[in-house]
Amino acid sequence: MSDIAISATNLTKKFKDFTAVDHVSFEVKKGEVFGLLGPNGAGKSTAIRMLATLSVPTEGSATVAGFDVRKEDAKVREHIGLVSEKLIMYDELTARENLKLFGKLYDVPNDVLDKRLSKLLDFVRMQQWADHRIDTFSTGMKQRINVIRALVNQPEILFLDEPTLGLDPQSTAEVRELVRRINIENRTTIILTTHMMTEADMLCDRIGIMDHGKIVALDTSAGLKRSITGTDATLFEFEIPNLDSNVLSSVKSLASVSSVVQDDPTHIKVSSVGSDSFDVLVDALRKSGAQIRTVRNLEPTLEDVFLKITGHEVRDSVANAPAPKHLGGPKGWRPKNRVR
Amino acid sequence: MGVKRILRHSAWICWKDLLEFSRSKLRVVMVVLMPLFMMMMVGFIFPTGDSISQQPVALANQDLVVNGTSLGDNFVVQLEAVNNLTGMMDLRNATDFDDIKSMIQEGKVSGGIIVPPTFTSDILAGRQGNITIMTDQSNPQMSAMIQSVLTQVIEQLGSQMAELNLNQTYGISLDQTPAVLMPYNVELKGIVPGDPNYFEFVAPGIMAMVVMMSLMTGLPHAISYERDMGTLDGMLAAPTSRWAIILGKVMAQSTTGLIQGFIILLLSVLLFGVSIHGSILLVLLLILLTVFSFVGLGILITSFADKEETATMVMMTLMFPMMFLSGVFFPIQQMPSFMQSLANVLPLTYAADAMRKVMVLGADFQAIFTDVVVLAVFGSVLLAIAVPLFKRAMSR
Repeated sequence: MSDIAISATNLTKKFKDFTAVDHVSFEVKKGEVFGLLGPNGAGKSTAIRMLATLSVPTEGSATVAGFDVRKEDAKVREHIGLVSEKLIMYDELTARENLKLFGKLYDVPNDVLDKRLSKLLDFVRMQQWADHRIDTFSTGMKQRINVIRALVNQPEILFLDEPTLGLDPQSTAEVRELVRRINIENRTTIILTTHMMTEADMLCDRIGIMDHGKIVALDTSAGLKRSITGTDATLFEFEIPNLDSNVLSSVKSLASVSSVVQDDPTHIKVSSVGSDSFDVLVDALRKSGAQIRTVRNLEPTLEDVFLKITGHEVRDSVANAPAPKHLGGPKGWRPKNRVR
Repeated sequence: MGVKRILRHSAWICWKDLLEFSRSKLRVVMVVLMPLFMMMMVGFIFPTGDSISQQPVALANQDLVVNGTSLGDNFVVQLEAVNNLTGMMDLRNATDFDDIKSMIQEGKVSGGIIVPPTFTSDILAGRQGNITIMTDQSNPQMSAMIQSVLTQVIEQLGSQMAELNLNQTYGISLDQTPAVLMPYNVELKGIVPGDPNYFEFVAPGIMAMVVMMSLMTGLPHAISYERDMGTLDGMLAAPTSRWAIILGKVMAQSTTGLIQGFIILLLSVLLFGVSIHGSILLVLLLILLTVFSFVGLGILITSFADKEETATMVMMTLMFPMMFLSGVFFPIQQMPSFMQSLANVLPLTYAADAMRKVMVLGADFQAIFTDVVVLAVFGSVLLAIAVPLFKRAMSR
């Protein structure tokens, strides 16, 4: 068995003369959480829709769970789950009825389905709400059901398209936690899209940065950051009111420290290497009698990475994006903003 | 993918749609009310002969007395006597043409009768006595109605007079005068018992129409709405055939269409005195065939329309001409010939025709064979065009 869950080769989607996804190639390993990060209109959703067989590629190919998305789309569908940016649930139906419908569409036998639904409802602590209608639920509850709905067929691969879009901070945290648990407890391969740097950073083992239909960088979060600094060093800025030469020399003498720069009488920037470099630095500073008022990690963020690679900020490209076509749906239609 | 699996999936999708539907009380009420409104509307807004009563009509008797006799006065007395029996008119006095003209203009009367000054002298001189009928040209329906009612009344009075003359002048007994005056008598006899009834004409057509409306509005709505909401993706991403989605939706829409059809059937029989002469089984078959013939069109609209609003607009544009051109409310034979040829390409024409033949005339399958073939062919052709387009539209 290969350990590749998803493999895309030159995957391309054109809508008339607009290229939403432009010759994208990448692989996702089994058990991995893979993120497609980029601004709105970058082509993330379209890419995911092609992998989930909801959209036929104009060019290129992809295999998902070992099946070709074009020729074996029915097989692909059996092995995947989809959490779209819009809720896939019927408001007038209860949580259990919604889950049951989709269980039936995946041909899960009755006895198996009952047990599985019970387990899934426990998993998100919604057992007691199972027989209540969706439209009586809070946003967070809806999203929990929405996520387990995609798990009724115990998919090998779970697609999450902007799973936290429009959610309040608490529900966002809840969903992120849920995603992590699904990945760890079920060994489910997860591919998610997001325009939020922090989300990608927190959840994803590897991140593909997308801009204007192309993957412009692909690596782990750390790898991406390293790619723009060129070193493994981490940059810290300390504010020390009683900064003197004694303190400075104690820092400079450390083996892990590669450079120390003093900006003004109370601030120094220290570049150091190693996973315990922060502890070592703090110990040395305390020993030399320095009072540390504040400390900042000047490590580059994914935001910096994005800026460096694309030459523009995430927010810029939102404005520049050819607006209506990014959603990956049929031409011209935009989702109604569904109240979550 | 196995047929059984498709059927099982479509049954679940149908279950879902009907469950959603039943949870909305208002929608359930509307499904019942719509056919009722429909029947009431078509049953009562169109004028029928006996629905006219107490119409204000102006009467100007200008007849001049000749040798102490006024046949005009006699005419008025007889007219009033007939009117007292039928109660169709509310006669108002007027002086002359201009007086009645202004009364019509002011909307006080719907028409007028003038007995001219020479009425008595003409008759006494052996000429025909003229009666003038004035109508309101701004209201053609009413005008035609008044005209026919008055013509009837006046003809009746005329023949009474003639019979009396024959009796008095030629000594023919009153038993025989009708045969002399009108040698031919017409007797109406339908091929099924009972008098012709407008509801019997209109009820079968409405049944076919409601089934059509249910599918034409319901199907594009059901699919476009789910696409707009994003829930369609859930079904498309499941290992479910596109056929199962279409079939499930069609089943759910047909169920509500059938329910409405049966409500109409029930109302027609219970409230509007329609009697069913044909086989209920054949009626059911025709309803299913009507469903089949419109499914393709519904799916076609869904495939072309990018969102729900568009689908609704396209569907409305197509539905209204179909409603009025298909002979549901008026016989297509009444229409000008180019409209008739248009009506002949609309499937609803055949559905309504077949339904009417079976329900009212008790026709058997053989008698409606042509209609059945047309509906089946129309349905198959449109389905053959629509399904590939739908599949393509779903994977854009």
